[in-house]
Amino acid sequence: MSTAVIHYIDEPHPVTGVTNSKLGIWLFIASEIMLFGALFSSYIILRVGNPAWPQGWTVLNVPLATLNTMILITSSVTMVMSWAALMTNRFDRFRLYMGLTILLGLGFMVVKGFEYSHKFHHEHFPWTNNFYGIYFTLTGLHGLHVLGGILVNLYFLLTGSKLWKANPTMFAGRIEAAGLYWHFVDLVWIFLFPSIYLL
Amino acid sequence: MSEHNDHSHELGFIRKYVFSVDHKTIGIQYAITGLLFLFFGFCLMMLMRWQLAYPGEALPLVASWLDNSQMMPGGVMSPDLYNAFGAMHGTIMVFLGVVPLGVGGFGNYIVPLQVGAPDMAFPKLNAASYWSYFVGGVIMLGSFFLPGGPAQSGWTSYPPLSNLASTGQTMWLVGMIFLIASSLLGSVNFLVTIIQLRAKGLSFFRMPFFVWAQFVTAFLLLLAFPPLQAAAVFQLMDRVAGTSFFMPSGLVVSGMPLQVAGGGSPILWQHLFWFLAHPEVYVLILPALGIVTEVIANNTRKPLYGYKTMVYSVLFLGFLSFVVWAHHMFMTGMGTVMSNFFQTTTMIISIPSVILLSCLIITLWGASIRYNLPMMFALAFLPMFAIGGLTGLPLGLATSDIYLHDTYYVIGHFHYVVAPGTLFALFAGIYYWYPKATGRMMNNILGKLHFWISFISINGIFMPMFIQGFAGVSRRLHTPNFYAHSEAIQGTNVFMSISAWVLGAAQLLFIINFFMSLRTGKKASDNPWDATTLEWATPTPPPHGNFLQEPVVHRGPYEYSVPGKATDYVPQQVS
Amino acid sequence: MSHAAEDIKKHVRTYIAVFVALAGLTVVTVGVSYLHLTMPIAVTVALVIATIKSSLVAAYFMHLISERRLIHSILVTTLLLFIAMILIIFFTDQGVMSRGIHS
Repeated sequence: MSTAVIHYIDEPHPVTGVTNSKLGIWLFIASEIMLFGALFSSYIILRVGNPAWPQGWTVLNVPLATLNTMILITSSVTMVMSWAALMTNRFDRFRLYMGLTILLGLGFMVVKGFEYSHKFHHEHFPWTNNFYGIYFTLTGLHGLHVLGGILVNLYFLLTGSKLWKANPTMFAGRIEAAGLYWHFVDLVWIFLFPSIYLL
Repeated sequence: MSEHNDHSHELGFIRKYVFSVDHKTIGIQYAITGLLFLFFGFCLMMLMRWQLAYPGEALPLVASWLDNSQMMPGGVMSPDLYNAFGAMHGTIMVFLGVVPLGVGGFGNYIVPLQVGAPDMAFPKLNAASYWSYFVGGVIMLGSFFLPGGPAQSGWTSYPPLSNLASTGQTMWLVGMIFLIASSLLGSVNFLVTIIQLRAKGLSFFRMPFFVWAQFVTAFLLLLAFPPLQAAAVFQLMDRVAGTSFFMPSGLVVSGMPLQVAGGGSPILWQHLFWFLAHPEVYVLILPALGIVTEVIANNTRKPLYGYKTMVYSVLFLGFLSFVVWAHHMFMTGMGTVMSNFFQTTTMIISIPSVILLSCLIITLWGASIRYNLPMMFALAFLPMFAIGGLTGLPLGLATSDIYLHDTYYVIGHFHYVVAPGTLFALFAGIYYWYPKATGRMMNNILGKLHFWISFISINGIFMPMFIQGFAGVSRRLHTPNFYAHSEAIQGTNVFMSISAWVLGAAQLLFIINFFMSLRTGKKASDNPWDATTLEWATPTPPPHGNFLQEPVVHRGPYEYSVPGKATDYVPQQVS
Repeated sequence: MSHAAEDIKKHVRTYIAVFVALAGLTVVTVGVSYLHLTMPIAVTVALVIATIKSSLVAAYFMHLISERRLIHSILVTTLLLFIAMILIIFFTDQGVMSRGIHS
């Protein structure tokens, strides 16, 4: 039987300076950049080829989406604060900030739900035209990513104390990775919001 | 430091063999599943080759129980079924066969061993990758049982045709989403393992070339697949939600204008698809090049010629592979600026490929060549890959591509690279690493028969395709003698089909050998090939955790015939 | 990056400052949209502001400003490919991308 263990799970590699999970999450984010990049370039092509494309603010609810933008930005702050709490050994504060992050994320989804149902009520569906096709698909995929982040955060909130007691460094690393994902989702929205709603 | 010692002797059968998180078990799962899909995909083609050799004739033997008024009227393959088999043959071979075997199978099993790691960086993620692939495969196979049959718009799924196709296409898209997810998770694992978990003393430039090849492959998969993921979502929306991402305005189908909003772009699909699919072909070849390099270095008993050159070439190849994709789209009406750009990048990308091949060939110069089974397949790879690569040149040049695009010439070109190319390299890898995984050698006589019959018959299938292509015979053609120009050379189809069936029969020899040798194969030592790389420094088969002690590396990967040493090889970990 | 309590307090001050900047830039970008500028200018302004906002998130929330060279090189590579993909797809012959078969 071998005594080998997988290294650099909680302490960083001496040369690269990162842990496995930090490198892993950044690589995953790189692939997500290519995914959303493909979605954006498709949007550009379809829009440029279609002179009748409406300007976002003529059709969509800008104040509501602005609220959503603020919600997501705030959730990014609470997310990084939850990690900072772990780094100062305040597990109670971690739970507070993580709880807030999850609530804000849910708030984002609720507002999105209002937006969508309002559109459906006015007979605007993805198949109505490509403006709506892009609107629903891009914000929908982004929303799925938000949902995924909420689920991951919820998992860490509910089961975190066990790993925190066993291996605080590893747990902090996991929260940092979850945070990086969450910030990326916020980042995508920072581009999505003006591209779809304001232009 | 956290402890991840595994108490595998306490795991039940399911945790140890089914949902295992050990890279070796997962590698074998990938390999067996991949080989099964390869055989199934080949069976589809063997059936298609009957229609091509004897158009309009009922399939022998199977005709009675395949008789189906819609797909196989009177046991004769209908055009719809031909297209369905064609689309699924391509899909299965590329996404369910070659890549899972080359990357999931060989990569998973060998890379952690060759870098001296106890496992992949994320063992549970590794298992998730395999099972995601498995689910995707089940979905793809399940689509055969739909009333309208599986996808039948080519493995390339071009809209508007694919948008309008039967439900099988929707299942294809869902299956692809699982397969792409599997790939993405796997590539993260490979990259983190290679970057972070190399043994002490194993610098990047002491890694075996096989690991470099898998490293570049993982980057290609990581960054090239997402655009296809996006495209698959768009096409799913088009088919299921009635959007018009790829549906142009004014499309009329069967005399009726389509009731869609329109305004979409069919070309957009092609861009997104080929943005992945070109790097994908390098994903198909790089693990094979890696395997061939290992086998050739080992069986020439001399250091690899131009190791550093090969490393820089494969890195350059990886980057370039992202900017050549529209050479698959020369016939879409693009302007000369764009076609010049892609033609130029395509010509440039042939340079690193030639450098890689040349280094391998020059390695043979002055070598003491051992003609064992892995080496025979690896040697055959070299001229086959050369033919495949050279025949790509007229396709990469826009003017000659005007004539050759969508003809059998293209099919001949890419099959030469993937079939007598990659597949032969994968066989070399199986014959080479089988003793490490099982402790037994494969049977030599069966292996030699497998090699020679395969080598001759595979050339019999694909060489005449260049002739057919020059004659103007188009691909994806159900009735080969429909046109006068294709009827004139119908004889080549008979020759090719017989070669295909002979090739199929020869694989039975391999299958028998594979399973028989598990029981009756000659017992192998830990290092039967006297090789230098780290995977041979483990017990056979390697235990969970791989190395009895963490290895320390003292030298490069190909220290063969070093002057002044007692043996003609010095393993990397020997101090 | 050390994790002493004083260091984290300094980071927290930065996070709050970035939050204020992000909120402010959001107000600016929405306000500019009400000016109904011509498309090329509107697009440029919107993308410039979005780039600044996302750079703040990336640099400070995602700690990229103090991150390792390995991570930077992965991102630079990805961004180059991303730009290549956007540009090349965009500059392909526009006539081919037209929406109708009659155009």
